[in-house]
Amino acid sequence: MANLAAVVGIGQTKYTTKRTDVSIAGLVREAAVNALKDADLGWDDIDAVIIGKAPDMFEGVIMPEIYLTDALGCNGKPMLRVHTAGSVGGSTALVAASHVQSGTFKRVLTVAFEKQSESNAMWALSNPQPFSTHLNAGAGGYFAPIIREYMRRSNAPYDVGIKVAVKDRLHGARNPLAHLQKPDITMKEVEESFMLWDPIRFLESCPSSDGACAMIIANEELAEQAPKSPAWIRGGAMRSEPTMFAGRDEVNPQAGRDCAADVFQQAGITDPRKELDVAEVYVPFSWYEPMWLENLGFAPVGEGWKLTMDGATSLIDGGDIPWNPSGGVLSSNPIGASGMIRFAEAARQVRGDAGDHQVAGAKLALGHAYGGGAQFFSMWVVGSEKP
Amino acid sequence: MSEEQDVVTVIQAPIYLKYNFTAGAAPARFLTQLKKGKLTGQCRDEPGAPVYIPPRGSCPATGKPTEKEVELSDKATVQSFTIVHIPIPGNAIQPPFIVANLVADGANISFIHLMSECVNEEVHIGQRVQAVWKPEAEWDYAMDNIKYFKPIDEPDVPPEQIGKLPVTGWEG
Repeated sequence: MANLAAVVGIGQTKYTTKRTDVSIAGLVREAAVNALKDADLGWDDIDAVIIGKAPDMFEGVIMPEIYLTDALGCNGKPMLRVHTAGSVGGSTALVAASHVQSGTFKRVLTVAFEKQSESNAMWALSNPQPFSTHLNAGAGGYFAPIIREYMRRSNAPYDVGIKVAVKDRLHGARNPLAHLQKPDITMKEVEESFMLWDPIRFLESCPSSDGACAMIIANEELAEQAPKSPAWIRGGAMRSEPTMFAGRDEVNPQAGRDCAADVFQQAGITDPRKELDVAEVYVPFSWYEPMWLENLGFAPVGEGWKLTMDGATSLIDGGDIPWNPSGGVLSSNPIGASGMIRFAEAARQVRGDAGDHQVAGAKLALGHAYGGGAQFFSMWVVGSEKP
Repeated sequence: MSEEQDVVTVIQAPIYLKYNFTAGAAPARFLTQLKKGKLTGQCRDEPGAPVYIPPRGSCPATGKPTEKEVELSDKATVQSFTIVHIPIPGNAIQPPFIVANLVADGANISFIHLMSECVNEEVHIGQRVQAVWKPEAEWDYAMDNIKYFKPIDEPDVPPEQIGKLPVTGWEG
């Protein structure tokens, strides 16, 4: 049986298109300092640093963790880098947690970041390969056909994605850290926005953001001494599968289903919609909300869109299971950090520290991230009470 | 200098890296056939093993080598698609264009390729298409030997059958 671990500090930057006032080092340090302040700790209280970001091709800085040791106060301390594409923020948090749960360290700092203004992710995801045509058009080009297949299978109304796009931006307008601030967004505005990768419209896609997110994870003894309420880690799981294999269900990947089953089993959850109070789920393109509602078992297969259309996932409509009250990836997307933001926002909710996007009385929350060709999954469940 | 100028904070400084691609045994066999105008897939040497194109040398589900070579049809079925309205970095193609996930008859996995000679709004899942090849003199070790796929007058394939057709095709 693993030792208990909890989140005792959370720090984020304000997500925005361009942070021209800081370098990558300045960006990660800002998040780390905010997390230390939140936990009322100093650099000497940290035993190790676990860092993650999306592929190095994005900013073109190879192994940036090496030069970030100074900024993260970890000269002479252990540092570990995690690589799992877009899911990396979640995996990094889980790797950090496991170093505490195993008893290796008492208290670790974990950080994830992306500086998209110094990067070209669309280019990095569109490089030609010698054995296929050069038609890979970024992440949207990859996910659009999968979304189209979901629409065919589920026979969902055409405006489900539009509804998610509006809902998450209205949520984001309650979160001062969210990149997009669109309190007046309408269904019409989303519907009339430019079609990028049919059926994905511009406003159904995530923005490109600069930002970093950090957390401090401590063992049971130290978490009990923390000045603010800890978020206890009640379960954590990762799964992956190949991008391409015959018979793969790209709409409802088995790795996602298995990962959810594992994390819910650890947390003693049998009905996620009923037992969880809130979920922060990686939705970079709006239609991924209904798809993941089904993949994660919040709705039967083919019926995820009904929860969205009924307002069940909306904090503002008083839904029973708010998804992404922070505004989600659709409101802020510093790619490598986006998964950790989901994990951190889940923790903020159960700490009762989520400000204007707090779900009243939230006690149990899911943080979720996915990456690659929807093939890497990482999830955790955090609670206000010890398991 | 009395006029105020914007402070330069970021400049674009692209670096180009040319490299030789070592294809390896399995892709080399595939690319050699492609230069002759043939689409070939590969599978484990077992009855009913799934056929992969482009083959990368091992079966992703089992890790076993894909030693058996299977000639495929240049007819295919639309598994799904997107109409792209923005340019692809480093590619001169002008939007909008259709990138389709296609499964060649005899294969069990899709690849992406361009669709053309079609009405964009009429393209659909299950649609039958066929390769339009470049002139033989231009053939190289590349999938670009096929200019694009165009719709053909054959009945649609039901979604549950996509990815399972024999090399003889639908109703073949």
